[in-house]
Amino acid sequence: MKSEKKLSTITLSPHLSPLTRKGCDLMAKTFSEINKKIKKGNAVVLTAEEVIKMADTEGISKVAEKVDVVTTGTFGPMCSSGAFLNFGHSDPPVKMSEVLLNDVPAYGALAAVDAYIGVPAISRTKGMDYGGAHVIEDLINGKEIKLVASSSGTNCYPGKYVETYFTLNDLNQAYLYNPRNAYQNYSCATNSSSKTLFTYMGILMPNLSNATYCSAGQLSPLLKDPYLQTIGIGTRIFLGGATGYVAWEGTQYNTKRKRTEKGIPTGSAATLALVGDLKEMSSDYLRACVMYKYGVSMFVGIGIPIPVLNEEIARTVCIKDSEIYTDIIDYSVPSLSKPVLGKVNYEELRSGTIEINGKKVPTASMSSYKKAREISHILKEWIVEKKFTLTRPVAPLPVEREFKSLKIITREEVKING
Amino acid sequence: MAKGRFVLSFPPSLVGEPLTYTLVKNYNIITNIHRAKITPEEEGRLVVEMTGELEPAIRYLEEKGVKVEPIAREILVEEEICVHCGACVGVCFSRALSLNTETFEIKFDREKCTLCEFCLKACPVNAISSKF
Ligand code: SF4
Ligand code: SF4
Repeated sequence: MKSEKKLSTITLSPHLSPLTRKGCDLMAKTFSEINKKIKKGNAVVLTAEEVIKMADTEGISKVAEKVDVVTTGTFGPMCSSGAFLNFGHSDPPVKMSEVLLNDVPAYGALAAVDAYIGVPAISRTKGMDYGGAHVIEDLINGKEIKLVASSSGTNCYPGKYVETYFTLNDLNQAYLYNPRNAYQNYSCATNSSSKTLFTYMGILMPNLSNATYCSAGQLSPLLKDPYLQTIGIGTRIFLGGATGYVAWEGTQYNTKRKRTEKGIPTGSAATLALVGDLKEMSSDYLRACVMYKYGVSMFVGIGIPIPVLNEEIARTVCIKDSEIYTDIIDYSVPSLSKPVLGKVNYEELRSGTIEINGKKVPTASMSSYKKAREISHILKEWIVEKKFTLTRPVAPLPVEREFKSLKIITREEVKING
Repeated sequence: MAKGRFVLSFPPSLVGEPLTYTLVKNYNIITNIHRAKITPEEEGRLVVEMTGELEPAIRYLEEKGVKVEPIAREILVEEEICVHCGACVGVCFSRALSLNTETFEIKFDREKCTLCEFCLKACPVNAISSKF
């Protein structure tokens, strides 16, 4: 710990951001210095909203000098989520390959009694009304889940079928592993066609009659550290009401998105893969949901502490809704690249009405700002009460990563290229 | 004296008619219009509370071609279930549902509700129901 350098952001990710190299920073702090303060009980911890207020009255330099940690929060539907479960062996043991949990198929092509239940999986009997997210929520709430598993049988696993009931406590391991969460910004959705669209961004009414958005904006974790200078692999976070960790870069992680002058990407950019113990989570912060005629998803509550290591980070944690812009996308075009109808900031989105092509359009949020705020306060409390310290990332997240699309080619084209 | 809440639906041809004026003038009905939604192509919808001798008034409206439905249902947002996302706001064109811009909690204004029930579908956690 003693060898940790003052300019820890630079050692973390040398070419990450031009910002870190700007000027010499006399007020720089390190993770271990902040943790010492947390343990002593004299760390200054503010939520992202609180620090914005402070910057308005006292300025960024004072924030850099006085504030140690800024807590963030988000609570939105995140489809790319799920949980690994281990059931333990039955007698005779079964190499479970087909696994149903309350009639919802889980992925069983792992070792004998492991399975992965994905949030969007839907029930074979109830369809979209009940899915993987509901299984996870029922587990958290201590409900009995029906397990039906089958296999063709092997010499070492002679059993071919098992049917039983279990609760979360009965499982050996149950951990949430979400391949893509915590999107750094997301575009605003609208619909210029004459038909209603049912999407993961909610119900989009015809003729630009509404626009939906899905980000906690100024409270959202990755928007407060836009170049991911303090968040990396191993970062300890709030996940679903419990402690979780950043496991890896999230899928579809993208560093190529255009950024505003303040460094904020104007659409979906970085993402995180997150992991945490399901046994400690609460359905207050992990909640199954159904997007009408689209499918099952799950509201995931996430909070990430941002250490105010230097003045640059002090500046980014203070970026507010009015400075965070996102693209307005027309979902009526059924192809991968959809037309951009304009740009809008979160202050405008939250006001309830925006203007698209000269028309006043009512807005609706898909993610809960109230819950995001709640999470930022809980995380603050944990830190103030010394229950939670910060972790210096074990490794940084990628500085360069392109989000490629899938090419559709024929067997012949493979031969030509190869 | 009777009192009740009704949804009045009328074709575009009746939009210009002084229906509520006639109700007051000729039928002694006290009206309290909660919500009017009139668009050029669609039928008009009026949520109205009427107090007085209701039977003849309703007969008059029906003869004019107005569909009169008593409101027995009520939209209910269950606090325990609601996560205050705001998804329902996007489909509520009468603006009965809105997010408070300070607390970011969902607000339901019964007076403005036209009982279209779009919000039931839009709520991702099934927090909204229509109760009789
Ligand atoms: S039924 Fe729902 S969507 Fe329709 S007006 Fe009432 S609250 Fe709004
Ligand atoms: S959509 Fe449902 S959960 Fe979201 S604010 Fe409306 S009632 Fe609450």
